[in-house]
Amino acid sequence: MSVRTLTIDGHAVAMATGTTLLAAAREVWVPIPTLCHLEGLSPVAACRLCLVEIEGNGKLQPACLTPVAEGMVVHTDTPRLQDYRRTVIEMLFTEGNHVCAICVANGHCELQDRAVEVGMDHSRLPYRHPDRPVDLSHPHFGLDHNRCILCTRCVRVCDEVEGAHVWDVGWRGEHCRIIAGLNEPWGAVDACTDCGKCVQVCPTGALFDKADTSGEKHTDHGWLGALVRARARGQQTR
Amino acid sequence: MKLRFATVWLAGCSGCHMSFFDLDEWLIELAELVDVVFSPVASDIKTYPQDVDVCLVEGGVANADNLELLLQVRARTRLLVSFGDCAITANVPGMRNRLDGAEPVLRRGYLELADGSGQLPHAPGLVPELLERVLPLHEVVPVDHYLPGCPPSAARIRAFLEPMLQGELPVMEGAAMIRFG
Amino acid sequence: MTSLSEAHASPTPSAASPTSVLRVRCCSSAGCLAGGAAELRQGLTTAVARRELQERVAITGVGCLGPCSQGPLLAIDPDGALFAGVTAADADGLIAALAHRLQAVSAAEREAPLAWRPAAGEQVDIGRPFFTRQRRIVLEHCGLIDPERIEAAIERGAYEQLRRAVQECTPAEVVETIRRSGLRGRGGAGYPTGLKWATVAKMPGERKVVVCNADEGDPGAFMDRSVLEGDPHRVLEGMAIAAYAVGAEQGFIYIRAEYKLAIVNLRRAIEQARRRHLLGAGLFGAPFGFTVELRVGAGAYVCGEETALIHSIEGQRGTPRPRPPYPAEAGVWGRPTLINNVETFANVVPILREGAEWFAAIGTEGSKGTKVFCLTGKVCRGGLVEVPMGTSLATIVSEMGEGCPDGAGLKAVQTGGPSGGCVPASLLHTSVDYESLQALGTIMGSGGMVVMDHSTDMVAIAAFFMAFCRDESCGKCVPCRAGTVQLHGLLQKHLAGDATAADLAQLEALCPMVAETSLCGLGQSAPKPVLSTLRYFREEYLARLKPGPTAAATGR
Repeated sequence: MSVRTLTIDGHAVAMATGTTLLAAAREVWVPIPTLCHLEGLSPVAACRLCLVEIEGNGKLQPACLTPVAEGMVVHTDTPRLQDYRRTVIEMLFTEGNHVCAICVANGHCELQDRAVEVGMDHSRLPYRHPDRPVDLSHPHFGLDHNRCILCTRCVRVCDEVEGAHVWDVGWRGEHCRIIAGLNEPWGAVDACTDCGKCVQVCPTGALFDKADTSGEKHTDHGWLGALVRARARGQQTR
Repeated sequence: MKLRFATVWLAGCSGCHMSFFDLDEWLIELAELVDVVFSPVASDIKTYPQDVDVCLVEGGVANADNLELLLQVRARTRLLVSFGDCAITANVPGMRNRLDGAEPVLRRGYLELADGSGQLPHAPGLVPELLERVLPLHEVVPVDHYLPGCPPSAARIRAFLEPMLQGELPVMEGAAMIRFG
Repeated sequence: MTSLSEAHASPTPSAASPTSVLRVRCCSSAGCLAGGAAELRQGLTTAVARRELQERVAITGVGCLGPCSQGPLLAIDPDGALFAGVTAADADGLIAALAHRLQAVSAAEREAPLAWRPAAGEQVDIGRPFFTRQRRIVLEHCGLIDPERIEAAIERGAYEQLRRAVQECTPAEVVETIRRSGLRGRGGAGYPTGLKWATVAKMPGERKVVVCNADEGDPGAFMDRSVLEGDPHRVLEGMAIAAYAVGAEQGFIYIRAEYKLAIVNLRRAIEQARRRHLLGAGLFGAPFGFTVELRVGAGAYVCGEETALIHSIEGQRGTPRPRPPYPAEAGVWGRPTLINNVETFANVVPILREGAEWFAAIGTEGSKGTKVFCLTGKVCRGGLVEVPMGTSLATIVSEMGEGCPDGAGLKAVQTGGPSGGCVPASLLHTSVDYESLQALGTIMGSGGMVVMDHSTDMVAIAAFFMAFCRDESCGKCVPCRAGTVQLHGLLQKHLAGDATAADLAQLEALCPMVAETSLCGLGQSAPKPVLSTLRYFREEYLARLKPGPTAAATGR
């Protein structure tokens, strides 16, 4: 294993080849906001929050996917990035119906957290208030599309970790929606093992346990990384 | 000269004003620093006055009365503050926007969910007409400051008002100050 | 290598003496078919049979004849006279005229202009600039050969360059020829083709893939469709040569389902080539084989983006992924993959036949060869044209297209579709090459060229293209999925006269954000029509503003 040295926001760091900029930044306590990223799942670089500036590279690069390189000079928190991140969060808040006060995840929501981090005290973009459904067909869990930010963590955890591939994305563009099975009610999809991993990885209150009411959804993602690492070492088979 | 201070209640649950009451004894200090010139909870004046320095506006803009009052507030106020999530995001009142228009909302509320004797409310001049969509304040008029929360806690309101009363800008950063919900 | 007017007058090499056989070439491209070309051709065939002239008058279907907006078109050999607006009702009269011509005894009678005109159409003067200013390399056989018969293509040399490459050249020599020719990708971005081929050729891996991107989707663009409909073997041969050069054995043509005729013609062409052992295993006695499969896309614009296209070929949802890795490294099923556009592949055969230096002598310093454009919009003579790189926009639009109809002055020319921009009339002297167009805030694009006159509302144009991108966004990344909706909303607000200076400021702030943060080219270039109309037609935005809060007051 060889090592690359680079600079992240002025910190000189040495990282193993193949390490992503995101992992490198976190190791030196440089916070880069993320939403679609989750340790243990494949990266998709879809939320665009972790975009960083790399000197000599004209394009912004997603930290979750870009490997460290020798001599790289990375800036993670420039005024331009700050503005773009806030705009991304505003886009997410305005394209769905995020009514924090009545949400199961209120107080424990990653979207709420990111909004605080980017300093969003209001949205400069107009709210769209789309008409989106709620799927309560599963005996234990619910899916509220109003709160979904299409990070696809549920799609990936079900496919990559649980191996059931219950979830996928249907339609295109602004009409995209997470679908169960072949766009069936979740409760009608036999492939679902009721494991609840999707609920656990959901950053908002879109996927929730029906027993939870406002502000009662608490999630901890540490288990996913631990599970994936344990599997890689052959310590756990399911 | 004391600051001329007002609060206004549009389409909201009044929870922000209740939270304002949670300022408890600090309200007495506040009363010494400002003249309350208009407020649904701290004054009996019915018309929004001229030359207001600071106004906290709770609630979204949902009907013709809300709109008229907000335009008055904007015209007569130096610093307009969006007070709470409904004013900033339309929040719970805004949930009716997905029904796409005032008429479907009234139909849903007064006919479809009625027990058989439902009728649409119609009393021009008495019952304000619903707007087609509930809007946050800043989609209607320019807003100077935002104080999020559902409701903003008393501590957050105080942390916001204290510097304002000193003529300084509150620092709106961090979960204690700007977290929604 | 002929200009179209000469090409129009050249019969197929094997045709019998021009005096004894007349040949009617009926355009059978999708445009003319929509106008009734199939009925016309049937009517002609019937009329010929009724007069028992099958031995003396040949009716053949051919690819695009050029001035599409005037279709259905047909051309009559040997002299290549071109007629527009011909209908089935004209068939009998035409065959009668041709029968009369065949009975001619004197040379003067035989050479006199045909005493026939379509009832509602006209004879098109092929001496006009629309024809004479063209240089047909990609389209050299388009409109001349019957795309349904491989024999017609082979008579004009199809697969000869593949044979020569396989039998007489090393793969490296082929790559080198393409590199020296200076050919650049015709899909829009203009990446040097030789460099791409060399990269894939040098990638380790036994199984490589060649993909032809035929997912043409820009509004108003039909260059690739015309090539595929009119000369499918040209593309197949180009792909096979590329496969030989980079070491691939498997090929895919990714084509949109809307291109029904192109799909039929390609399927037939692949089958014909396979039967003649021009595709398949062990070609020309060499240890080289190449198979081609069609992949029919469901018409998502984003599938023209190469990583989304790869996903779609693999049977996955057509969404892009970040690059690197580039397809050259990890493409279809992770294999090194060469992706070129239809027109790029169609340039390969003439480059090999005439040589890299010949090709490099055409065009400009940085942009070699020719480019096919679809001239559409407010222009007198629209259609498919091929011109040398470096031709000015004025030549194409004003001279070849003969300007705007109804005397309305020309306002702008849009190139590059939703990823491009508008060039104002004042800059029409601009040369058509990759760099010059980019400097003006637009792109060469795949070849759509939409002409706009002074009745055109530029804010509405920006809103149209934004609506297109909004519809076509795949929804994977936030800035494109939600940003195009917000941008479209802002543009509609401008159109409705409800926008304030603050909205304009927000529009201008959102454009770079969406451009710089979107995952793929669709989102990255979606703001271009807005930025370009703001650059050249800002007064049209300003004229619509209503008084209102300034940007500062709303927190932007």
